[in-house]
Amino acid sequence: MTATLLLIQALNGLQFGLILFLIAAGLTLVFGVMDFINLAHGVQYMVGAYLVAAFSAWTGNFGLALLLALPTALAFGLLLEVLIFRHLYDRDHLDQVLATFGVIVFLNQAVKFIWGAAPLNVPVPEIFSGSIEITDGLLYPVYRLVIIAAGLAVALLLYVLVSRTRVGMLVRAGATNPQMVSALGVNIQRLFMVVFGFGAMLAGFAGAMVAPILSVEPGMGDNILILAFVVIVIGGIGSIRGAFLAAILIGLVDTVGRSFAPNILRFFLDPATASQTGRAVAPMLIYIFMAAVLFFRPSGLFPAKR
Amino acid sequence: MTDIARMQSASIVPPAPRIERVPLILFGALAIAPFLAALSGAEGYVLSLLCRVMIFGLAALSLDLILGYGALVSFGHAAFLGIGGYAVGILASHGMEDALVQIPVALAASGLFAAITGTISLRTKGVYFIMITLAFGQMLFFLATSLAAYGGDDGLTLPSRSLLAGTTILKNDRVFYGFCFICLLGVYVLAREIVSSRFGRVLRGAKENPTRMEAIGFHPFRFQLLAYVISGMMAGLAGVLLANQAEFISPSFMTWQRSGELIFMVVLGGLGSLHGAIVGAAAFLLLEEFLPEILHLASFMLSSDLQSRLVENWKMVFGPVLILIVLFVRGGIMGLVPGGRHD
Repeated sequence: MTATLLLIQALNGLQFGLILFLIAAGLTLVFGVMDFINLAHGVQYMVGAYLVAAFSAWTGNFGLALLLALPTALAFGLLLEVLIFRHLYDRDHLDQVLATFGVIVFLNQAVKFIWGAAPLNVPVPEIFSGSIEITDGLLYPVYRLVIIAAGLAVALLLYVLVSRTRVGMLVRAGATNPQMVSALGVNIQRLFMVVFGFGAMLAGFAGAMVAPILSVEPGMGDNILILAFVVIVIGGIGSIRGAFLAAILIGLVDTVGRSFAPNILRFFLDPATASQTGRAVAPMLIYIFMAAVLFFRPSGLFPAKR
Repeated sequence: MTDIARMQSASIVPPAPRIERVPLILFGALAIAPFLAALSGAEGYVLSLLCRVMIFGLAALSLDLILGYGALVSFGHAAFLGIGGYAVGILASHGMEDALVQIPVALAASGLFAAITGTISLRTKGVYFIMITLAFGQMLFFLATSLAAYGGDDGLTLPSRSLLAGTTILKNDRVFYGFCFICLLGVYVLAREIVSSRFGRVLRGAKENPTRMEAIGFHPFRFQLLAYVISGMMAGLAGVLLANQAEFISPSFMTWQRSGELIFMVVLGGLGSLHGAIVGAAAFLLLEEFLPEILHLASFMLSSDLQSRLVENWKMVFGPVLILIVLFVRGGIMGLVPGGRHD
């Protein structure tokens, strides 16, 4: 019984971790290459979810909606870059935090203005609805497995892109020493745009993928943004590999911790206190974990810069 | 001692003669406001709005102490508002309703939290410091949501405002206004003393060049930690007042968005001038309060349907206003006032 539950929670944790990775990947690159704190990255996730909700209501087909949503999310990210973020690259972190905070305020209200405050539901695509039996008597929704597969595929694609292509080489070089890359004659402005647009599209993709299993609502990106920051700080800013490992770790710790903290505490405390303390401690686990990592490794587990 | 300190700082940066006007006007206006409020016909509303301005001014001032003078971007400062608020709420629900008990407990709890988290956070620099303070803020937020005995997510309604030495005078809005005013003024004077003292100059030195401070024999970490603790305790006091003003306390006191708003207030007013933070808090809250009205008036030529949609979605204007302020009003409001800056 507990083993089955543990397996289900581990799969949920993996799925959550991969979604976090999709968001954190863009964030860590933007952070690492441009030294730019983008609080508005979370709303790009929200925009992705809303776009797929709107397009799937319009076309009636999730796959088609996803195909339409991705370029739209990309275009939207580039629009924000040209309009606002470009003017903030040479400002200090404080100004970046505040201006992108303004973007969050605007966009959270804008989606309310366009789609209303009530949560939207996106139906799970027909072919992926239902559950399959993974092991004896253990049913798991197919769509969640699809998310896991898609997340792993994107992670692999990203790995190849970053470690095997010329653009990836520039991105890695940029994360290590942007001044030198610029001095070597690379159009850093264009590199920034590519990285930024790509990051926005990944966040939008994450939002689109979870739209069928979560409710699409204003402010849905705010909390996941903080988790994505936790991920990139633990992983080491600018490191894709660090972001991947940290995202999986955070996904597992959070999901498994929430369902098992009360059980574990039961060994030490009486049941009523254990379940209450467990519920209190579980959401704090990842932040405690982050504080511990930063205490011992102040620049994360896999820092890209020296 | 302080006189010598003043003379020395004066020899480095000659202060403009008009500096002291801004705080004088500010506190003067806050002092006479209740008398004008009585004439306005909406006394309760005006007093409660101005109390909020003073309380958030106090919180922003506490943040300015470490942000403006120490360049420590704490993105979890709302946690201290929460600690102060919950100290009031939890003590009151156990029958201890006197502010003379609640305030020391709130200060001790905020100070302790600041000491622990500061010790860990101050090991990191720059972006990592922003993120780790954010993480601690979130930790406390989730702790508050799980306090089922004290309302959990929904929060806790206070039975009434705190007693003061056994009397119920704080229930009177005018007295409560006065109490907030005295707290703000007291903390402001204290903070002014702190930044002009030797301690304050070491703190500023550590902001400019920590390596050099270390080379001449100071340990920046200790000074920064003490400043962080003092700042946290001041924000804790603001939390006590905020809980009393709202007669309610909930985890929403310490969302990360609230921390972001506090930073915004400080930057809006102008970093590193203390009274600037109060002006920034006032500007932020008044803008938030009156932007819907302003939009209503400004859109008179639109149809009433469009007008009401615009007013309802005033945050769609508020967000871009914030962005434009960051992009174009460098140095904050104090940077616009002649002689408003002095650091």
